[in-house]
Amino acid sequence: MFQCKTVWNKMAPLARASSTLCRQSGKREVLRHVRRPVLAHQALMSSGATGGGMENTLYVLLVGATCLGGGVFVYRTLSRDKARYDDRLSDISSRWSEQREQGPAQAEPQQGAAASDPPPASAMSPVEPALPEVPEHAPYLLIGGGTASFAAARSIRARDPGARVLIVTDEADLPYMRPPLSKELWFSDDPSVTETLRFKQWNGKERSIYFQPPSFYVSPRELQTVENGGVAVLMDRKVTHMDVRGSKVKLSDGTEISYDKCLIATGGVPRNLQVIERAGEEVKKRTTLFRKIEDFRALEKVSRELKSITIIGGGFLGSELACALGRRSADLGLEVVQMFPEKGNMGKVLPEYLSNWTTEKVKKEGVTVLTDAVVKNVSYKDGKVQIRMKDGRVVKTDHVVAAVGLEPNVELARSAGLEVDSDFGGYRVNAELQARANIWVAGDAACFYDIKLGRRRVEHHDHAVVSGRLAGENMTGADKPYWHQSMFWSDLGPDVGYEAIGIVDSNLPTVGVFTKATAKDTPRAVTELSGTGIRSESETEAVAGAVAGAVAGAAGAPAPPPQQKEDYGKGVIFYLRDKVVVGIVLWNVFNRMPIARKIIKDGEEHADLNEVAKLFNIHDD
Amino acid sequence: RFYCKDRIIFVTKEDHEAPSNAELVEDDPNDPYEDHGLILPSGEINWNCPCLGGMASGPCGQQFKEAFSCFHYSTEEVKGSECIEHFRGMQECMQKYPELYPQEDENESGPSGGDDTAPAEPSNTDAASVPDSSVDEVTVAGTENAATS
Repeated sequence: MFQCKTVWNKMAPLARASSTLCRQSGKREVLRHVRRPVLAHQALMSSGATGGGMENTLYVLLVGATCLGGGVFVYRTLSRDKARYDDRLSDISSRWSEQREQGPAQAEPQQGAAASDPPPASAMSPVEPALPEVPEHAPYLLIGGGTASFAAARSIRARDPGARVLIVTDEADLPYMRPPLSKELWFSDDPSVTETLRFKQWNGKERSIYFQPPSFYVSPRELQTVENGGVAVLMDRKVTHMDVRGSKVKLSDGTEISYDKCLIATGGVPRNLQVIERAGEEVKKRTTLFRKIEDFRALEKVSRELKSITIIGGGFLGSELACALGRRSADLGLEVVQMFPEKGNMGKVLPEYLSNWTTEKVKKEGVTVLTDAVVKNVSYKDGKVQIRMKDGRVVKTDHVVAAVGLEPNVELARSAGLEVDSDFGGYRVNAELQARANIWVAGDAACFYDIKLGRRRVEHHDHAVVSGRLAGENMTGADKPYWHQSMFWSDLGPDVGYEAIGIVDSNLPTVGVFTKATAKDTPRAVTELSGTGIRSESETEAVAGAVAGAVAGAAGAPAPPPQQKEDYGKGVIFYLRDKVVVGIVLWNVFNRMPIARKIIKDGEEHADLNEVAKLFNIHDD
Repeated sequence: RFYCKDRIIFVTKEDHEAPSNAELVEDDPNDPYEDHGLILPSGEINWNCPCLGGMASGPCGQQFKEAFSCFHYSTEEVKGSECIEHFRGMQECMQKYPELYPQEDENESGPSGGDDTAPAEPSNTDAASVPDSSVDEVTVAGTENAATS
């Protein structure tokens, strides 16, 4: 019956056309015969030129041809429609079977995440055709499943009651925090730490690196219908295309999800050295680019099985991993080498004297540190990876960890029509973290305008939390600019720990105010005293402050306090730009971040920075 | 030692005894950009406060908000006495997610565990455990920030 209607509809314009033609020709005929007696002379008309019989045949032929053409056209359209309909059906049914296969596969990573937790019921239940696994529409769509994304999800849920938030991540894990992967997890005594990803604090409290256990989340399938909304995480899916005009994204398997507000928090991918990229398969499979849980697991295994690991890179990640591995080196009989082009660890962050001092401390952790080392060539020979440097030095090692920076992930820039920053990399956004209408960017991938310090891109955990939270606020209508300055920290062994805020670039002129440290001023002492976890000022996630904890647990004796005057035990370092303090490092001085934040917020020129340093009470405990 | 662009000053305790004469800009309590604590200048509850952790955003967020709002605006003699129903609803919800909202007695074992493992400084861990347990009461173990200052 449907077909008849289609036929009629398709025929209708043709029918109208041909009937008009008939009527018109008929009318002309009649008119001609009527008019002839009236008008003697008449201009020859093309339609009524020749005699009656010839005309009739012509008309018959014309109408016949039209009907035939119409018939052919209708037949072809119908058959095309049917073909398209069949295609669509087979498409849908194939997608169903695909998702049914993926359903049980997804339950596994969730089980792995927290060993004792039962997987969400919906992942195991039979597929109901009524609710697709991937919701077609998400009011809040967050691309990327890391720290910034989770912070935004939490912020949205707090401010918009009943909000439905969908996180799409290409990882197989629920959102987790990264800092423990290069710190606390390495100091855990638990042999199953690579499975559980849990670690114990010094005061006994244990926690997982996952922000929340699986029971916190709703399944993507239920997101659109669950009462009071929730946060759903779609794992193992990559967003490959973004259609801003249509407000929707496309996943790698072709599924489309439309959104009202979208956050891009895609983070980045570790950079690699060109010489390693070109070095061939044997070298590349012995190289780790460290960022995710799977990298931690792989490196942990390597550290137990192999005899020598070399870390290329002297920044935060490289130095932390070097210290973590260095601590294990004695027990495991592992040689740990760290090499980098700068003169000392954290050479791009700390002023030279402090960088040198830090390097000495890293060496004390059991690491062989090679400074001024530029890698020229890497090859695989005689069962060892050979790293040749420009000055001729050669290092032979079993495994390489490249910690040489992060490449922000801007894959969606082209399809979404988003601007990419040429100076800092990442998506260019305004002070409110907005890229375009209804699109925000947060975390490592956001190059944002900081009202106080200028345009920048920050790759730290606390910034991901702060910017994620801010993006979430703005997605729910707050329109606030980036204002609360994020901080960062690093622990390089039990004696060296610092917190920092603002622009901390060793190229800037600095003023350091130091005092002698006592045994009470080390990271270990601080964690004992306050029982705190990660020293994140945004106070969102508490994690074990473990460096000190594990050492104290193992060794039991405190390290002797530094004695010499030029032992930079404790102090404050100000980083200046045009005489204004734009960055502060609190060196073995803890719990003073609010004062540091205030000084940067003020943005004042201070004549005597020693007076400013007094505000920190660095001599107090 | 004097590095070209990096100045270093060593100070003793005496050097820093005199109060600082550095001037700080006065804070505007109604600054719209600033992050606020639990209570906004308008008197409303800031559900996005980090101090609440995941309480307002989790599966029981709705119930928590109702109970806490009722308590906050309560003007009864015993504050919150008329909010029993809300709190009960919240508790019922939380019992469905024991992982996210561990029960009271589990929290209390935390600080006592600390006592056992730090015999050298019992007074310090005691001091630490008091703020910890009060924080735990409001918040959920494993999702909350610990006080850092």
